[in-house]
Amino acid sequence: MFEILEKQALNQTVTRICVHAPLVARKAEPGQFVILRAKENSERIPLTIAEYDREQGNITLIFQVMGAGTLEIDSLGVGEHLQDLVGPLGKATETEGRKKVCVVGGGVGCAIALPIAKKLHEQGAVVHSVIGFRNQALVILEDAFRAISDELRVMTDDGSHGEKGLVTTALETLINAGNQYDEVITIGPLIMMKFVCLVTKKYGIKTVVSMNPIMIDGTGMCGGCRLTVGGEIKFACVDGPDFDGHQVDFDEALRRGEMYREFEQHERETACKLFDREVR
Amino acid sequence: MIKRNMEPRVTAMPTQPAEVRCGNFEEVALGYTLEMAVREAQRCLNCKHKPCVAACPVGIDIPGFIEKVAQGDIQGAYHVLSQSTALPAVCGRVCPQENQCEGVCVRGIKGDSVGIGRLERFVADWHREHGTRDVMEKPALNGRRVAVVGAGPSGLTCAGDLARKGYSVTVYEALHMAGGVLVYGIPEFRLPKAIVKQEIDGLIALGVNIQTDVVVGRTLSVDDLFEMGYEAVFIGSGAGLPRFMGIPGESLKGVYSANEYLTRINLMKAYDQTSRTPIQRSHSVAVVGGGNVAMDAARCAKRLGAERVYIVYRRGMEQLPARHEEVEHAQEEGIVFRTLASPLEVMGDENGWVTGMRCQQMTLGEPDASGRRSPVVMEGSEFYLAVDTVIIAIGTSPNPLIRQTTAGLETDRHGCIVTNGIDGLTSRPQVYAGGDVVTGAATVILAMGAGKQAAEAIDRELSAKDKA
Repeated sequence: MFEILEKQALNQTVTRICVHAPLVARKAEPGQFVILRAKENSERIPLTIAEYDREQGNITLIFQVMGAGTLEIDSLGVGEHLQDLVGPLGKATETEGRKKVCVVGGGVGCAIALPIAKKLHEQGAVVHSVIGFRNQALVILEDAFRAISDELRVMTDDGSHGEKGLVTTALETLINAGNQYDEVITIGPLIMMKFVCLVTKKYGIKTVVSMNPIMIDGTGMCGGCRLTVGGEIKFACVDGPDFDGHQVDFDEALRRGEMYREFEQHERETACKLFDREVR
Repeated sequence: MIKRNMEPRVTAMPTQPAEVRCGNFEEVALGYTLEMAVREAQRCLNCKHKPCVAACPVGIDIPGFIEKVAQGDIQGAYHVLSQSTALPAVCGRVCPQENQCEGVCVRGIKGDSVGIGRLERFVADWHREHGTRDVMEKPALNGRRVAVVGAGPSGLTCAGDLARKGYSVTVYEALHMAGGVLVYGIPEFRLPKAIVKQEIDGLIALGVNIQTDVVVGRTLSVDDLFEMGYEAVFIGSGAGLPRFMGIPGESLKGVYSANEYLTRINLMKAYDQTSRTPIQRSHSVAVVGGGNVAMDAARCAKRLGAERVYIVYRRGMEQLPARHEEVEHAQEEGIVFRTLASPLEVMGDENGWVTGMRCQQMTLGEPDASGRRSPVVMEGSEFYLAVDTVIIAIGTSPNPLIRQTTAGLETDRHGCIVTNGIDGLTSRPQVYAGGDVVTGAATVILAMGAGKQAAEAIDRELSAKDKA
């Protein structure tokens, strides 16, 4: 059992929790994830580690409440315990030797991008960050990004905060302004990462994407998280979650991500109804 | 003097009728009654050579326990079993007895072999229901600590044997539940999870400490375990990564690895209406492969309501690697066997959902290096199966996490951990390994045998330290 020490709503759908998980905190590196279950019969949910404190033995997770599983995690308060939490899983993001990097985050993906940007910054790399959201109400972690970025662009789809437009627009502007990046690291919705990769491919800039497919065990056993990368089957949990974005078959990943959409909608509605009843 | 039963046929075991069991996940075989068990036990001749004992990977005194059953002393029979196996209720259900003990039984020469597996199962079940809970006394601790990686058949056996010898044993398990393939792979209708839980509870009562949610190779490394004060490590992390065929269409929606399909159903209980884990509700399913895992997946699909379920296997019916009983049960349940058939492509619609599988007919050619006749393509024999789900059950390759994070641990070209072949000692001192991580996908009982041998070797090595 893993105690929730802190909990905070970052916006209307995104929650941040700090959990006591000393074994995970001891080994965690940016880019790695955990799998957790809120309760005895909950679904196993993969979530990327947003922060870790090795001395206190704590990790921070930031997640969007999307399906029944995340709703269950969100229903737990400070002092309550998660049933299971295992990790750190996946390979850490490679940051060694990078001199100038553009980190592009979208929505809740910014929570995963932040520790990577932070590590690059601490290693002395020049970090440019582009973070995008649908609107002002959904903006998260802006100050945290500002603190570690040499340049920060905040984008919203409707222009209610920062600049109006997509992250790809800002990225292309930065590239055209003469910035020479060793690498672009992008984390966010699949469709966003796909378009970021199309831009960087045009300019021949190496691009790393962090994939978050459907997953059960997280140790390579189920094969549910398989992706086609460079024409080969790869497992996001043991071979990733980071991959060369120019090699990833995004269209296939997008299709596979929809596999259980109907079921999830139904589950979420059921869970919401139950929740409503409890509240009343 | 025991009355011998010279009936040439094995006493039949009652089962749920096929048309009933297709609609539930309850156990198929119902087990012997006491009267049936005694009658079957009397078929054993208690012969001098005991070929069955030599053919048992864990060396159970088979005539010994059967003799007790024949005398009606089931508690005594259980006592004999428990000398050699920590999981008799499991082995009685899932061992490929026809290739082991029953395959060499003298009674098999003129008639059926003694139903050894059925008797083992009976004794374990009887003991669970009626036996005196002579909770084995916790042995005095010898002050030595051993870590076991993986709470599957090999790890649990190794842990149990060491705990009985007085070692403090901690088992690290990656999933949220102990049992390994016994809980994520083998379905409820073949091995009820309550039985697995009870056998594991027995180990916990013996003093074995099981830590779930720890992935060795990620959360802790093998080196960490030694730093933590363990004097030996047994790696029984299992087979792991599912293999795919490398044909077009394997990433379409509706294509599962058998591991994923079975894990959703067994570990996550997707068949239960209250489960939060989704599973596709299929109409027509093709399972590729011919082993026990393929049979399990096919029979699960049937129980989830699929009207038509095919087994697609490259060789013939005689070459199916699955246990005979599983094949028979699958046939009774209406699973259609398309043997001597090999998939060419999984076809899908414009939204990426599976619509069918293109296959070709094979014929058996000359024996290959393994001695098995290898399948050869019959030209112009293509055929099409209209299915909405494809489950791939063609085996697994070892999990890379431990070999990637353990310096000095030798592995072969397949990625299997290399051992001395005798007692599981690896290229690293004090590190032993056994089960599928060494052999590639094999059976529960072979993994248990490996765990047992490693436990003996670890005990020899560590107790030699005391004398030195």
